Amino acid sequence: MRVLGIILAGGNNNKMDQLVEKRAVAAMPIAGSFRSIDFALSSMTNSGIQKVAILTQYNARSLNEHLSSSKWWDFGRKKGGLYVFTPTITNENSHWYRGTADAIYQNLTYLKNSHEPYVVIAAGDGIYKLDYNKVLEYHIEKKADITVVCKEMQPEWDDLTRFGIVKTDDENRIISLEEKPKVVTSHLVSTGIYILRRRQLIELVEEAVEKGGYNLVTDILIDAVQSRRVYSYKMDSYWSNMSTVQAYYKTNMDFLNKDIRDYFYREYPSIYSKIDDLPPAKFNGGAVVKNSLISSGCIINGNVTDSVLFKKVFVGNNCTIKNSIILNDVYIGDNTYIENCIVESRDTIRPNSNYTASEGTIKVVVEKNERYTQ
Amino acid sequence: MIRKEMIAMLLAGGQGSRLGVLTSKLAKPAVPFGGKYKIIDFPLSNCINSGIDTVGVLTQYQPLRLNRHIGIGIPWDLDRNIGGVTVLPPYETSNNSEWYTGTANAVYQNYEYMEYYNPEYVLILSGDHIYKMDYEVMLEYHKQKNADITIATIQVPMEDAKRYGIVITDKTERIVDFEEKPEQPRSNKASMGIYIFKWKVLKEALSSMSKQTACDFGKHIIPYCFKSGKRIYSYSYNGYWKDVGTLESYWKANMELIDLVPEFNLYEEFWKIYTKSDIIPPQYISSDAKVARSIVGEGTEVRGTVYNSVIGVGVIIEEGCEIRDSIIMSHTVIKKGSKINKAIIAENCTIGEQVEIGFLEEIDNLVAPHIYNSGLATIGEFSVIPDKVKIGKNIAISGITEPDDYVNGVLESGETLIKAGEK
Repeated sequence: MRVLGIILAGGNNNKMDQLVEKRAVAAMPIAGSFRSIDFALSSMTNSGIQKVAILTQYNARSLNEHLSSSKWWDFGRKKGGLYVFTPTITNENSHWYRGTADAIYQNLTYLKNSHEPYVVIAAGDGIYKLDYNKVLEYHIEKKADITVVCKEMQPEWDDLTRFGIVKTDDENRIISLEEKPKVVTSHLVSTGIYILRRRQLIELVEEAVEKGGYNLVTDILIDAVQSRRVYSYKMDSYWSNMSTVQAYYKTNMDFLNKDIRDYFYREYPSIYSKIDDLPPAKFNGGAVVKNSLISSGCIINGNVTDSVLFKKVFVGNNCTIKNSIILNDVYIGDNTYIENCIVESRDTIRPNSNYTASEGTIKVVVEKNERYTQ
Repeated sequence: MIRKEMIAMLLAGGQGSRLGVLTSKLAKPAVPFGGKYKIIDFPLSNCINSGIDTVGVLTQYQPLRLNRHIGIGIPWDLDRNIGGVTVLPPYETSNNSEWYTGTANAVYQNYEYMEYYNPEYVLILSGDHIYKMDYEVMLEYHKQKNADITIATIQVPMEDAKRYGIVITDKTERIVDFEEKPEQPRSNKASMGIYIFKWKVLKEALSSMSKQTACDFGKHIIPYCFKSGKRIYSYSYNGYWKDVGTLESYWKANMELIDLVPEFNLYEEFWKIYTKSDIIPPQYISSDAKVARSIVGEGTEVRGTVYNSVIGVGVIIEEGCEIRDSIIMSHTVIKKGSKINKAIIAENCTIGEQVEIGFLEEIDNLVAPHIYNSGLATIGEFSVIPDKVKIGKNIAISGITEPDDYVNGVLESGETLIKAGEK
C-alpha cells in the first residue's frame, strides 16, 4: 500500500461547551449510531489504507473504549493495523503533545519505520466520505508538495471564521491560507485533510519543532504555502465539521434529510462502527414518532418529533421530545417535555421535567440523577 | 494448549420442513428471528455467556447462509486462537462417505474434532430453539450429581406431553424411564434436546453404536446408555424456551417480543444475544408514519403504518402501507399503499404497490395444511409480488411472481404459488 494514515484526534474544543467535558471531539456520537472518528477511519479502510495511527491525548477514555478493537474497521491485519498513540514520557521528552505537529514529532519513529511513500493526515471530527486514492492521484498529477482537501461552504448558515480560509489561483494552487481569520474573504475552507510524502512530512515536522513551532497549520502549512507547491483538492460531496454546539446540532439534524441519509447509510461504501449488540428499537402502545431517527436498543412510549435518538434511549409515557438530540443511554421519565435540546449521554431525566430552549437556540442538558429502572 | 473443560457440539443441519417456504433455501437455524437475529444466535450466545468458547457447528442442509453468518465467530467473541467456532460439514473419507444421517451420527463423524480438544465434558445442543440458559449452572449440577449424562428438561402442560420425549425421574432427579411421544404420559418433564455427557461416556456410546443407521441421541444413544446402567439425571429448567418449529409457533414467539414486558426479554443487560450486524445506522420514521406496538431493526425506513409487528433491518415501508400482526424480515421492500395482515414475509422480498395480503376469507391450505395454517400468509425470501394483487390466508408464495400468476389479480386463500428456478 502506498499510503499511511494519521488521524489527529487529540483536540479539545471549548466551543462545544459541556459536550466535550466527557470526551474528545473525535469520540462525539453522531447520526444515531456512529462516533465522529468512524468517518475518517471508514474512509481510510475503504480507500485501502491498512495502517493508521490515531494521535490522541485529551480525555481519551471514550475514544479508547470505542477503539478497543480494530476489527470493526477491518484494521486487525498482520500488515498494518490500527495504532493509538498517546503521549509517553521518554528520556528525551516529558511533554504532553504541545500541538498537532508536536504530536506527530513525538511519534516520528512510527513514520520513520514505515515504508509507505505517502501520508494522509485527517482530523477526527469531520463527517464525510472520501476516496483518498483520488486525492492522491490528484496530488501526483499536480506535482504538489502538499495537497489540502477543501470544501466550498455556504456562508449564510455557518460562521466561517472558525475555519482555515483558503484562496487559490486558477490552477487550484493555494495562494493564501488564513487560520480562523477575523474577516472572511473566501468561502473555501480547509477540511483538515492533507496528503504529502512521508519523507516531506518528517522533514517539515522536524524543522518546525526544532524552531519551537508545534502546530501543523500555523507553523508548517501557512509557511509552506509561500515556499512550496500547496494545492487545493475540492471536495464536492457532503462534509461537515462539528466544532461548535450549533454545528454539532445541525450535522445531526442533516441526517433527517433523505439525500444525506441515503448517501451515508445506503450508498456504497459504508461507514463502519463498533458494534454494540443492542436489540431492535421497540415502540410500545403510546409511541408516536414523526420525522426522527431512532437507534437500536431504544424503547419508546411517548411522542418524538423531528429528533435524533441515539442508542438505548428510554422515553417514558406521555413524554414529548421535539427538535432535540438525545445521546446514548438516556432515561427520560414520564410526562417530560424536551424541546430544542441536546441531552448528554447517560443522563437520567426525572419524570415531569421540562427542558425547553427558545427557537434558534440549543440547550445542552446534563442531568446526573440516580436511575431506578425495572 | 489451553485445556477445555467442556466443548459444545451444536446441531445445525436440519431443514425445519414445517417452516415451509422459509426454509426452502436455508437451514432452520439460519431463519431470522426477532427483527435482527437468527435462531442460531440464541444457542451461540448462550455458549459464550456460559463461558464455553469452543463450539463445533454441524451443518448439512443449505449451509451457505449459515456459514456466512457465523464466519469466524466475531460477533459472539468466538474468534479464538485455541477453540472458537468451527463449522463442521459432512466430508468424504477414503473408505466411507456419508451424509449426517442422524444427530448422533453427525457428532460421531466429528469424533476427531472432539478428541483433539479432549475435554472432560461435551455439551450437545440443537440450533432451533429460542431460550437463554446458563450451561455452566447445568454443568455444576452435572458434577454435583456425579452424572454420566444430564438431560435438560422443561415442564410442559400434561396435555402437550405426548408431543415430546418424556423422562420419568426418581426423587433425586435420576431418570428411571423414558417415553418417546407417549399416548398416556406418566410425567410432564420433556427433554429439551440439550445434553451434557462425560466425554468418556459419549465416546464409548458413539463407538458402540457406530453401526446403527440414522443414529440419534434421543432414539439410540440415550437408551443405550440407560440400558448399560449409566447415571442419567434430569436438569429442570424453568425459564423461557420456545420451539419455533412450526409457522404458527414461530409467528407467536415473534409476536410475544412486542409485549410491554415480554416474557423473553431481549433488553436485559446481563445476558446479551449477539448477532452479525451488517447494518449499523439508525432507522428513520417519517412524518407520515405511525409505528406502535412493534419492534423495528436498524436502517429501516418507515413511511406507512406499522402496528403489532416485527420488522427486520434495512426494510423499506413506503407511504400509505398498513402492516398489522406481521413479520417483515430484513431488506424487504413494501411499496406504496400495500396492506398486509398477519403475514410472514421473508428476507429480500419486493411487494408491489397496493397489494393486499391476508384479507380474503380463510380457507385451509390445499396442498400442505399441516404447514400453512392459522390464517398466516407466508412469503419466501427473494419473492416478488406484482402491483395491485390480492392474496388470501393460509397461502405460500415463493419466487418471482408475475401478474399472470394471479387469476383476475387474486390468489385465493389456501393456494400455494411456488415459482421454481428463480433465485
